[in-house]
Amino acid sequence: MTTTREDQLRSIAATVNDPEIPVLSIEDLGILRDVRTEGDGVVVTITPTYSGCPAMDTIADDLRIAFREAGYADARVELTLSPAWTTDWMSQEGKGKLAAYGIAPPTGIRDGSRVRVGMSVKCPHCDSLDTREISHFGSTSCKALYVCNACHEPFDHFKVI
Amino acid sequence: MSTHDLHGSGGPHGSDAVEDEFAGVGDTVASATRVTPGHALRPEDIALSAAPADEDTATYALWLGDDALILAQRLAWWISRAPEMEEDVALGNIALDLLGHARSFLTYAAKFSGKTEDDLAYWREDTEFTNLRITEQPNGDFGATIARQLLFATYQELLYSALTSSTDETMAGIAAKALKEVAYHVDHATQWMLRLGDGTPESHERVQRGLDVMWPYVEEMFADEELTTRLAERGVAVVPSSLREEWLRRVTAVIEESTLSVPTAKAALAHSRAGDHSEHLGYLLAEMQVLARKHPGATW
Repeated sequence: MTTTREDQLRSIAATVNDPEIPVLSIEDLGILRDVRTEGDGVVVTITPTYSGCPAMDTIADDLRIAFREAGYADARVELTLSPAWTTDWMSQEGKGKLAAYGIAPPTGIRDGSRVRVGMSVKCPHCDSLDTREISHFGSTSCKALYVCNACHEPFDHFKVI
Repeated sequence: MSTHDLHGSGGPHGSDAVEDEFAGVGDTVASATRVTPGHALRPEDIALSAAPADEDTATYALWLGDDALILAQRLAWWISRAPEMEEDVALGNIALDLLGHARSFLTYAAKFSGKTEDDLAYWREDTEFTNLRITEQPNGDFGATIARQLLFATYQELLYSALTSSTDETMAGIAAKALKEVAYHVDHATQWMLRLGDGTPESHERVQRGLDVMWPYVEEMFADEELTTRLAERGVAVVPSSLREEWLRRVTAVIEESTLSVPTAKAALAHSRAGDHSEHLGYLLAEMQVLARKHPGATW
């Protein structure tokens, strides 16, 4: 089996984790949009989850450091707003990691619809579907605050956008 | 955001080896609101790949950026003061979203004149700001803040929704990103309207008063300007008056379901887009700009 250079570069980029949700790589999260070579350098394109997300700064730094350690001194990180990120891009593996970490993964698919189907959010602690939202907005832009009616534990839910 | 590079020249920052290594990589002007040290990714980087706006489009971006910036500053005040802790977090998050939109719009606007987002945010006087007056009105009580959120977030949702098909790719990209976030803001405001309006007599009365206080500033959101008309002909901008009917339908539905009344107050006359503002803006800017002006180039 051969791996192309692009694959190798992508796997370097995929070692970078989200600083706020350290169990997820930026690839799991779906914010790693493109890795390509340009001359001797590398250009990585990422997209923010939310417009004001402060984690993007750290992610860009971590990407440059990861590439430098892998021998690519000239790595540039570009930000693209379009197409806008959606939780649909989060990998199944990523959703599994989120749940294991104690954050309820996004439920359902946004798929361009304005109407969000209200699906039950499963408690990541006891798997009960009997949960309720305390607040739309949580510890970071991408999360909402929930509580489980069965085990009474509060937990974060990754919002569907 | 900051106005001037701390080191004056946009050259290497500090002696840290990693910083030196990446000096100059997409980072010519430091930004004071960077949360992390090093070479942060900022809206400037967005603009690197985008062609600069023409003068009309830059002015339009400035208008929308000012709206988002001033409302973000207003809402951030609620952190530690909201009726419950979840609301500190919610209004703080909404403010952060709006600040993100403002940074993108202002960066795009600034690119035309060779400035930065920080030049525009911190070094303009009140008469140079173009935000709509509804965004600068005092927060009032929680009912007034929620009333404004309903009125303004619904407007932004319709505006950004239409702007996603702007012929200006940068404006369309910023709008598409912002739209998803604003949809949550509308939902947040709607849920509170229902709780407060259909809650106790006290909460009902206070949120109704909030609507009444904010209503005179509604008309201005839908006032057509020569600029918007010119830009709309090119498919860049949205004609504000075209949003009014759908806005009123949506807002009325929420207000009535909340057992409240749609106010009948007349429009307050002024021309915010030309720099006419209420006295409240000056005080808001004094607080927002003091640090950048007192310590030019400081980062925090």
